[in-house]
Amino acid sequence: MRLLRIVPDDTKFDFMRFRRISFPMSALLSILAIFLYFFHGLNFGIDFVGGTLIEVQSKSGPADLAKMREAVSGLGLGEVQLQQFGAPTDVLLRVAQQPGGEGAQQAAVAKIRGALGDAVEYRRVEVVGPRVSTELLALGTMGLMAAILGILVYLWFRFEWQFALGAMVANVHDIVLTIGFMSVTQIDFDLTSIAALLTILGYSLNDTVVIYDRIRENLRRYKRLSMPDLLNSSVNSTLSRSIITHVTVTLALLALLLFGGHAIHSFTATMMFGVVLVGTYTSVFIAAPILIYLGVGTGREQHKDKDEG
Amino acid sequence: MLYFSRWKATAILLTTFIVCAFAIPNFFPEKTVQSWPKWAQRHLVLGLDLQGGSHILLEVDTNAVRKEKLETLRDDVRRVVRDNRLGSPAAVTIRGSSVEFRVREGVDPQLALTKLRELSQPLGGLLSATGQRTVDVVDGGNGLFRLTPTEPSIVERIRQAVEQSVQIVEKRVNELGTVEPSIQRQGVDRVLVQVPGLQDPSRLKELLGKTAKLTFRLVDLTTPIDQALQGNVPPDSELLKSTKAENNQPYVIEKRVVVSGEDLTDAQPGFDQRNGEPIVSFKFNNNGARRFAQVTQENVGKPFAIVLDNEVISAPVIREPILGGSGQISGNFTVQAANDLAILLRAGALPAPLQIIEERTVGPGLGQDSIEKGKMSSYVGAAMVIIFMFLTYGLFGLFANIAVAINVAMIFGVLSLLNATLTLPGIAGIVLTVGIAVDSNVLIYERIREEVRGGRSPIMAIDAGFARALATILDSNITTFIAAAVLFFIGTGPVRGFAVTLGIGIVTTVFTAYTLTRLIVAMWVRWWRPKTVPI
Repeated sequence: MRLLRIVPDDTKFDFMRFRRISFPMSALLSILAIFLYFFHGLNFGIDFVGGTLIEVQSKSGPADLAKMREAVSGLGLGEVQLQQFGAPTDVLLRVAQQPGGEGAQQAAVAKIRGALGDAVEYRRVEVVGPRVSTELLALGTMGLMAAILGILVYLWFRFEWQFALGAMVANVHDIVLTIGFMSVTQIDFDLTSIAALLTILGYSLNDTVVIYDRIRENLRRYKRLSMPDLLNSSVNSTLSRSIITHVTVTLALLALLLFGGHAIHSFTATMMFGVVLVGTYTSVFIAAPILIYLGVGTGREQHKDKDEG
Repeated sequence: MLYFSRWKATAILLTTFIVCAFAIPNFFPEKTVQSWPKWAQRHLVLGLDLQGGSHILLEVDTNAVRKEKLETLRDDVRRVVRDNRLGSPAAVTIRGSSVEFRVREGVDPQLALTKLRELSQPLGGLLSATGQRTVDVVDGGNGLFRLTPTEPSIVERIRQAVEQSVQIVEKRVNELGTVEPSIQRQGVDRVLVQVPGLQDPSRLKELLGKTAKLTFRLVDLTTPIDQALQGNVPPDSELLKSTKAENNQPYVIEKRVVVSGEDLTDAQPGFDQRNGEPIVSFKFNNNGARRFAQVTQENVGKPFAIVLDNEVISAPVIREPILGGSGQISGNFTVQAANDLAILLRAGALPAPLQIIEERTVGPGLGQDSIEKGKMSSYVGAAMVIIFMFLTYGLFGLFANIAVAINVAMIFGVLSLLNATLTLPGIAGIVLTVGIAVDSNVLIYERIREEVRGGRSPIMAIDAGFARALATILDSNITTFIAAAVLFFIGTGPVRGFAVTLGIGIVTTVFTAYTLTRLIVAMWVRWWRPKTVPI
C-alpha cells in the first residue's frame, strides 16, 4: 500500500524570512482585535451578565416568531430577543437581567411561561442571577490568567526563560486574536468560551512546545548553524507532524461542528478558529522566529572550537 | 526501548484490561448492574444536560440570620432587664448591629454590667478553649450599655443555619419522589440542588422558596380592622394578610405565638369529611398539645389564626377546646397545595429564607437530542481520524488506531471508576482527545521516519523514535493538562465535565500512545523481524 505523504520529506522552506511580514501582520491584527474588543465588544452570554435564556420548541409545526414576540413584548421585561435556533420549530428567547435582584429573574421566567403557555415545550431554561454572573466573570478571568501563569512557570522549569517568554507572547497572541474573532462573529461568550480559550491555549502551546523541543535539541547538536537556519531546520523537520496532527484535530472538530448540535456550536467554532487557524500559524511564524529577538543562541560563537557540526 | 520483560508486558496489558473493564457496567441496563457485587457497580453518570433535569443554586439569606440573632439578643436583654429591674424593657433597642440599653437612674451600673455579661457565653460551649465569647458587652458610660454579637458567633450561627437548610431542603426534595436528587452544600452560604429528570421545576422552586414558619396565634379582637389598616396597630399585634386563596383578607393577629411548627410531629394531606375539601391534618407533640389545649379552652368562641410565613392561611373560630393534640388546616386548598403544605410542615421551617441565584433546567427532549448528537459526532470524528491515520501510516496507523480505541475505552473506564459525570462538552472533550491522542503517535512515527532517512536500521530507528519523542510528548501534554486542571477548578456543570474528560484523556493518551503502542510495536518486531519499517 502506498502511504499518504502530505508533506514531502526534507522540506526546506525559509519560514524565518516571513517574520518581516508575519510580525507586523500579527501586531496589526492584535491591535485590531483589542480595538474590536473595546469598541465592538463581545456578545456576553447570561453566564457573565446575568439574565434568562429559554429554549422552546413549538409543538405544532414551525414556530411563529412574530406571534411569540408579540406575546412576550407586553410583559414589561425590557427587550426580549427571539431567535430561531437550529430547527424551524426551535426558538431561543433571551431576556436581559431584570432590575430588582435575584428574585426578579425568577419572576421573569414565570411571566414568560405564562405568556407562551402550553403551545411550546420548554427544552432549556437558564437563569443566572446578578451575584452568580459577577462571580463567574471574575472566576473565568482569573482562570485564564492562572492557566497562562501556570504554563509559563512550567515552561520556565523545562526550558530557558527566553522560550517561556516566547511561548507566552505566542499564547497571548492566540487569545487576543480569538477574542477578536469572537467579537467579529458576535458568537456567544459564555463559560464554554472560557473552556474553548483554555483549550486553545493548551493546544497552541502543545504545538509550540514540539517545535521548541526540536530547537533545543538542534541547539545542542548543531553549534555552527546560524540561528535563522537552525530555526528553519527545526520548523521544517517538525512540519510533517504539525500538519498531520492538525488534520486529525480538524477532522475531530469538523465532526463536532457538523454533528454536535447547537449546544456546543459556538464552542467548536471558536476552537476551530483558535486551534486550527491561529495556533498553527503562531507556533511557526511567531513562536519560533521570536527566539531570534529574545537572544536564544547568542554566545554560540564562543563555543565554536567545541563544535561537532 | 523495545525490550519488555515478561512481567512488565503483563503488567501493562493487565492495567489496560482492568481499566477498560470498569467501563463494562455502562453497557448494561441499570437493573442488571444492580444485581452485581458493589465494587462492579461503578458507572458514569449522565450530566443534567444529557438526561434532563434541574440545577438550582440557592443562597441562604445571611442578613436574615444576622437580624434574627440581633433580635434574639434584644429579647434576652429585655428579659434580663425585667428580671433584675434594671429599667424599662422598652428602652432596649436595636441600633445598627448592636443592642443598646440605658439603665434606670439609681441602678448600680456595675450590677447591670455583671447581669448583662451573663448573656455572653464562651463560644463553642464551656469546654472550648478559644477564649472567644458570643457577645461583646461594652459599658458606654452614663449607664448606657451596648451589646454586640461577636463575628465568630455570627459565623457559627450562619454555619448552623446553612447546615440545617441543607437538611430541610433534602427532606423537601426527597418528598418529590424523583430519582437520585443531589443536595450539596456549596461555599459558605449556598446549597446546590440537582434533580435529574425533572421536567418542570416550578413546583420544586415553590417548595424551596418557602421558609415555612408555621405559627398558631390568637386574633386580636380589641383592634378594629379599619383602624389597623390606617396604621394604628398595638405594639403586641401585627397586621397580616391572608393567602390569595382566601382573597388577601387583612387580619390583626397577636404577636405572641401559641404553638409553632416546631411542635408538629406529623402533617398529612387529606380531605374534609364534611365537604370533601382538601385539608392538611396535623399532630402536635406533648408540649404543643398541652399549650394548644389550654389556649383553646380559654378562648372558645374566638378566632385563632394559622400563619405561614406571615400569611394567614385561615382564621377559624374555636368551637370547642381541642384537647387531643391533633387538628386540621383548611384554607381553600387545591389538592396540590394541600400536598405541598403537608410536605413543608413535615420537613420543618428553614432557619432563614433561601433565594434562587442560579437555575439551569434541561428538558428530557433536548437531553435526548444532545445524546444523539454527541454519539453521531463521536462516531464520525473517530471514523475520519482512524481512516486518515491508516492512510498515512498503514500498519503503524493501525497500531495507533488500536491505541486510540483502547484509549477511549480507558477514558470511559476511569470515568466510571470515579463515578464521574458525562456532559455534552465532556463528549466533545473525548472527541477532541481522539483527534489529539494520535498526535503522540504522529510525533513518534515522524521521528521514526526521520531516523530511517538518517540511515538507521529498522529496529534502531523505531527505538530512537520512541526514545526521542517521549520528552516532547510529556511536555506538550503537561501544558494541556494544566489548562484542563484550571478549567476543572473554575468550571461548573457541563464545563467541568469537559475538563474532566480532557484531563483523563491526556493521562490515558500518554499511556496508550506511548507505552501501549510501544508494546504493540515491540511484539510486532519480535514476531515479524522486519527488514524495513513500513512507515
